[in-house]
Amino acid sequence: MPRWFTPLAIAVAAMFAYAPISIANAPIESTMLLVQKIFYFHVPSWFVMFSGAFLCAGASVRYLTKGSREADHYAITGAELAVVFGLIGLITGPLWGRKAWGVWWEWDVKLTLALVVWLSFVAYLLLRRFGGPGSEKLAAAVGIFGAVNIPFVYYSVNWWRTIHPKTSVVPTLGPGMRGTFWFCTLAFMSLMVLLVALRVRLERHRALVDDLYLELED
Amino acid sequence: MVALGSRWRAVLLWVLLAVGPVPLASVSAQEQPPKRPAQDEFVPIGELPPTEQLPAAPLLIAAYSVAWIVVAGYLFSIARRMGKVEQDLAEVSRRVQQRRS
Repeated sequence: MPRWFTPLAIAVAAMFAYAPISIANAPIESTMLLVQKIFYFHVPSWFVMFSGAFLCAGASVRYLTKGSREADHYAITGAELAVVFGLIGLITGPLWGRKAWGVWWEWDVKLTLALVVWLSFVAYLLLRRFGGPGSEKLAAAVGIFGAVNIPFVYYSVNWWRTIHPKTSVVPTLGPGMRGTFWFCTLAFMSLMVLLVALRVRLERHRALVDDLYLELED
Repeated sequence: MVALGSRWRAVLLWVLLAVGPVPLASVSAQEQPPKRPAQDEFVPIGELPPTEQLPAAPLLIAAYSVAWIVVAGYLFSIARRMGKVEQDLAEVSRRVQQRRS
């Protein structure tokens, strides 16, 4: 593992240990009250989902154009992170919505697009798992398609009528909430860096095992 | 009996049409049962009676639990796969060494 891995892992563990204290001390929002605190994990999990999706798409472009095996390792890592953190976002969102909107789910533009993007990365992983030889290229195209939809997910609240809060919420947070929000976002993004390092290492080892098996067969 | 002129008949008809329905409407309003405010119009969620309100704490706890469980599950999955790959790597490396020597 790289030298920075252990210090960063300790820092991330400390950040996640402190996050609940920071969230508990953050001011209670005046209209949504206590349930608004879901926001401190919900939004950063979507940030990691989007970053994973962009990582997958960027690495997929490199894989398709240069044939880089290392890029393919990053692509599958990005897709997996997009699915894992998208799942957190898709579960925590309805838990907030049940209180704020009175319903668990609404086929609103933002929510539906977010679900479609998440399903694109589920499709990517299914292709990689069951697609057989050569599925890497098809999966790369699916990953790029999924990431292209992300700006539509993010800006849909500004472009169309939707019940979801707008993108202006984060820049207009109150002082007590802003610090906690960016602290949680930093914790999630740092966790993402650790998970990328771990997951890419796993793919490198798998590739090495494949190479050694090929050497045995020759 | 003095016959009303056509002008007075028109005025009387207008008065009857304009004022006549008022007592009828007030009677029908009294007969109807009072409607609950929630059925008439939008009621802000903060003004609901306590029995109608959804507690926020279980939803908040559920949301944070989900985040922790999913991340822990993913870390466990990576560790399990890494263990398996390292086992395979050790095995195949041993076989390659045997073949080379």
